[in-house]
Amino acid sequence: MSLPENLKYTSDHEWIKLLDNDEAVVGITDFAQQSLGDITFVETPEEGDTFDRGATFGVVESVKAASDLYMPVDAEVIEGNSGLEDAPEQVNQSPFDEGWIIKIKILDASQIGELLDASAYAELAKN
Amino acid sequence: MPSIRKTPLDSFNVKYGGRMVDFAGWNMPVQYKSIVEEHKSTRSAAGLFDVSHMGEALVSGREATDYLDFVLTNDVSKMSIGQALYTLMCFEHGGVVDDLLVYKNSESEYLLCLNASNTEKDLDWLESKRDRFDACLSDVSSDYALLALQGPKAFDILQDLQTEGIGGLQYYHFAEGSITGVPCLISRTGYTGEKGVELFVAPENAAELAESILLAGESHGLVLAGLGARDSLRLEAGYSLYGHEINEGISPIQANLMWTVKLNKASDFIGKAALTAEKEAGPKKKIVFFKTGSRRIVRSDTEVQAGNRAIGTVVSGTFSPELNEAIGSALIDSEYSEAELSVDMRGKTMRLFQTDPPFIKLKP
Repeated sequence: MSLPENLKYTSDHEWIKLLDNDEAVVGITDFAQQSLGDITFVETPEEGDTFDRGATFGVVESVKAASDLYMPVDAEVIEGNSGLEDAPEQVNQSPFDEGWIIKIKILDASQIGELLDASAYAELAKN
Repeated sequence: MPSIRKTPLDSFNVKYGGRMVDFAGWNMPVQYKSIVEEHKSTRSAAGLFDVSHMGEALVSGREATDYLDFVLTNDVSKMSIGQALYTLMCFEHGGVVDDLLVYKNSESEYLLCLNASNTEKDLDWLESKRDRFDACLSDVSSDYALLALQGPKAFDILQDLQTEGIGGLQYYHFAEGSITGVPCLISRTGYTGEKGVELFVAPENAAELAESILLAGESHGLVLAGLGARDSLRLEAGYSLYGHEINEGISPIQANLMWTVKLNKASDFIGKAALTAEKEAGPKKKIVFFKTGSRRIVRSDTEVQAGNRAIGTVVSGTFSPELNEAIGSALIDSEYSEAELSVDMRGKTMRLFQTDPPFIKLKP
């Protein structure tokens, strides 16, 4: 199972890659995509939508199950990954790269410190 | 709760990466690598499925045929030795106890293959209806492991394995044979819509047989396939699954399965009166199949609407890798069978486009 050290994580199995200017990219972890199995559909929010931390911002569906996506921090949506519309399997094939789900503007940077690092997430996923 | 049961191929399944889940009390592989890939490989080459959780019963005796014709809806008296028959078993009120395959071994002996989730119920039901017939009923489930080898390359693989017993074997017929010397009952049946066989084999020989098929199949593109692919393959093929398109509350008329109910057969049978009456009155509900034009799966139990009226429930829903869209089936009020159907998916209306099954061209 892949788990990049340079990312932050949530207990809901999202990853967050911090960029400059309070921007960030969000996706689901390798562990999450493996648990879901073949992903057939990803619903992403509209550009400009805002969400509180922990709010449902979309859904990932696999052949077996539908799973809500939760916003890691208070944020405004910059864009969704339009490539997932026709190729949602990219989330399976490349969860940390081509399979990214949304790009966001972080609205409360103080929440970043409460996210998990790779080793804390690894411990959580193990259980 | 009784402890979970393991098939004779449990170690084999785990060894090859099966993701094991509890299905009807059995530890079964839902997938090995990917449901979609296993599905596609079965359509394009071949898939090998462990379906040993299915139950088996042996019916024998002087009146075995009469007994089965009384409890089953299809016409057992018309079967020839070596033939397999798909049939339903109904309650008096016309609802379905189970759907099953009957194999005619001899004039006085039949093997039944039952759904895992229903095996106990079926045996109890069959036993309760046996008293006025000179026939024996025995549970022989533990005598067999069951493998399904399905796909256009299935017979090429069998040929490579020095299979004996498949020469001239017709669809829905079976024979005793052997594969690399392992004796088995070879049945030209399946649940995928593809060419293929189902293999009844002694439990102690099951792993050896599965390993041989896997090895020989490799060069033909064979993959191990789990229950996930089994379900999407059967739904694409338009086959009913007990607990979904049929159950105690859904009759064969509603499920479009009257081709398995012989109202005019010589013997009376359980459910005949109710089904005859329902046929005359017209069914109040019916099973319809649908496409969606979307990749979003409409799951079982989703409410189906016509306009703003709730008129039914989705009973099966999956992603069709062949059509690249979500497909499914629903039980709806018959009077709305021509209406525009839709479902609410988290606040978004999604159309259901009715279509006659199968969704794909069957090539069995």
